[in-house]
Amino acid sequence: MKFVEEFQNPRLVRSLLEQIRSLAKRNVTLMEICGTHTMAFFRHGIRGMLPKTVNVISGPGCPVCVTPTNVLDAAIEVGRRKGVILATFGDMVKVPGSRSSLEIEKALGSDIRVVYSALDALRFAEKEDGKMVVFLSVGFETTSPGTACTVLDAVQREIGNFKLIVAHKLIPPAMRALLEAGEVKVDGFICPGHVSTIIGSEPYEFIPKEYGIPCVIAGFEPLDILQSILYLLRQIDEGVSKVEIQYKRSVRPEGNPVAKRVMSEVFDVCDSDWRGLGRISESGLELKERFREYDALSIFDLDLGEAVEPAGCSCGEVLRGIKSPTECSLFGRACTPSKPVGPCMVSSEGTCAAFYRYSGGATKR
Amino acid sequence: MTRQLIERDILTRFRSLILRRLDDSAVFRIGDLKLAYSTDSFVVDPIFFRGGDIGKLAVCGTVNDLAVSGAQPVYMTLSLIVEEGFPMADLRRILDSIRDTATKADVEIVAGDTKVVGAGGVDKIFINTSGLGIVIREVSGSNARVGDKVIVSGFVGDHGIAILSQREGLDFKVPICSDCAPLNSLVSLILKTSEEVHAMRDPTRGGLATALNEIAIQSGVGIRIYEESVPVRDEVRGACEMLGLDPMYVANEGKVVVFVSSEDAPKVLEVMRGHEHGKDSQLIGEVTDGPRGTVIMKTRIGGERIVDMLTGEQLPRIC
Repeated sequence: MKFVEEFQNPRLVRSLLEQIRSLAKRNVTLMEICGTHTMAFFRHGIRGMLPKTVNVISGPGCPVCVTPTNVLDAAIEVGRRKGVILATFGDMVKVPGSRSSLEIEKALGSDIRVVYSALDALRFAEKEDGKMVVFLSVGFETTSPGTACTVLDAVQREIGNFKLIVAHKLIPPAMRALLEAGEVKVDGFICPGHVSTIIGSEPYEFIPKEYGIPCVIAGFEPLDILQSILYLLRQIDEGVSKVEIQYKRSVRPEGNPVAKRVMSEVFDVCDSDWRGLGRISESGLELKERFREYDALSIFDLDLGEAVEPAGCSCGEVLRGIKSPTECSLFGRACTPSKPVGPCMVSSEGTCAAFYRYSGGATKR
Repeated sequence: MTRQLIERDILTRFRSLILRRLDDSAVFRIGDLKLAYSTDSFVVDPIFFRGGDIGKLAVCGTVNDLAVSGAQPVYMTLSLIVEEGFPMADLRRILDSIRDTATKADVEIVAGDTKVVGAGGVDKIFINTSGLGIVIREVSGSNARVGDKVIVSGFVGDHGIAILSQREGLDFKVPICSDCAPLNSLVSLILKTSEEVHAMRDPTRGGLATALNEIAIQSGVGIRIYEESVPVRDEVRGACEMLGLDPMYVANEGKVVVFVSSEDAPKVLEVMRGHEHGKDSQLIGEVTDGPRGTVIMKTRIGGERIVDMLTGEQLPRIC
């Protein structure tokens, strides 16, 4: 396990910071759109090291956070059905739905299991063939190829007791929606490294072309992040805008063609609801017609009732970058990681959880 | 959540001043004897893991709680709650492990209880142990002093990652063994070496971060630690990166964090490094006069961040 400390070299950090300082002449707002970036900024104490003129905000980059309440309600309802094992990622378990959460349902007797990948859920299906295993599949382009492979695997091995609730989303359309809404002025985007490893740099080209905003695809180590900020400041300083790849050791301009092929083999692009952003056209994925038998929602007849958003919760504004978590009246009082009201406080990559954790929220309580 | 339960529902009902100190063990006098008394229940899943099993853990957990209170463990009780149908071979293996660990820790099991409950009544096997020790020198979590150095007895996060890597649904291959070990001989060596050991804790659930926060709060001091000094194995760091966990919050079962005066710190560090359970000991930081109750980490790259209490369980992330 090399290449961790190498990317945290204090001498190189200092040198990058000096270069950043010399370019940070006027106030700029940079937006990152990846939960892992959100956490990395806090974990390494990067915000405090940047010049005051460089303001970094978080966008809708946390997959748990942007998953709308009705998807959770559906998963909760499916999990209640007899003989069902509902498997999903750890972060999803605590997110409050309209009237319950998967964590509460588990305590009440539903068989809810935490997995690290869709393949783990498929393994459950293989082992327990008397049960129906339903995988609640959320995430961006990073996780959807894995889900797609799992579907193909299930088809090939004729595992019929494996179903999915597919709630995958696509990042570039959300960025366009943010820009179209025009609520927040962004001078540069720190684009997500994992997502871009799959999709490459091309899908962001519209941002500099149509909106004149620089983009840099960034890695996750401190040196990656600082170098990306430097690249953005350089573009801003020179008055140019283009998509640059800083995270070259993982991201190629064309992305990962195999992953992209598998995704398009299994999924169709569809309109999708985002928490905080509303319905965005062509921003989600759904199973193609020929895989419909794996779609849990078309098998179970669900009567969900209306999705209820938590009162007073500002997750929507936080996800759009127009509110800082501390500006939410619930933050740190009614809403804490142990008793979260909104999803941004639940996910380890949620902006509110990051703010809470790294501002000493729990000890101050 | 547990913390809230303890403060709101338990401490409001049981008003013992000894209990209220919330230390790893209760310390009290009976006649001329100063004793430490502690109990713990073990529900770990999986029950067998690399580097240990639920039996070894049940002995070490209680022995270590006594040890970090400054006591030499003497007697233990052992209660087993076993699910009907639990394989006898597994039970024998666990009992052997309990015997071997108790022998190693030089503690005698003097009372016990066995209950078998119906299928589903417990998950395979639950174990409770309690232990009684003679206090060598009382060490609490509330006596850390400004200027003290902070020493940790080796690599952090091994136990938690070993357990997680073998949990169903999360299998991933890391050659990490739990650090599960009885710490009483290391601790008594530390106490013999220095009169100026002011606080100790075994950073189990919630990891090093939680132990440091508890001591910062109980002692009313600030703690400053240096990320680059905190020993974390490459494999553990890698697994944590992958799962989105922070090794500072991952459980240990054979580590102690020691607060000792800066004058005595070098010799304590040296004797710790000479002990089998302390050979990778590191000085990781110091106690400061503020901000009170706060742990601040100087990151490897020179930034600063607050290392907060863990709230709830760390869950593996999505990507």
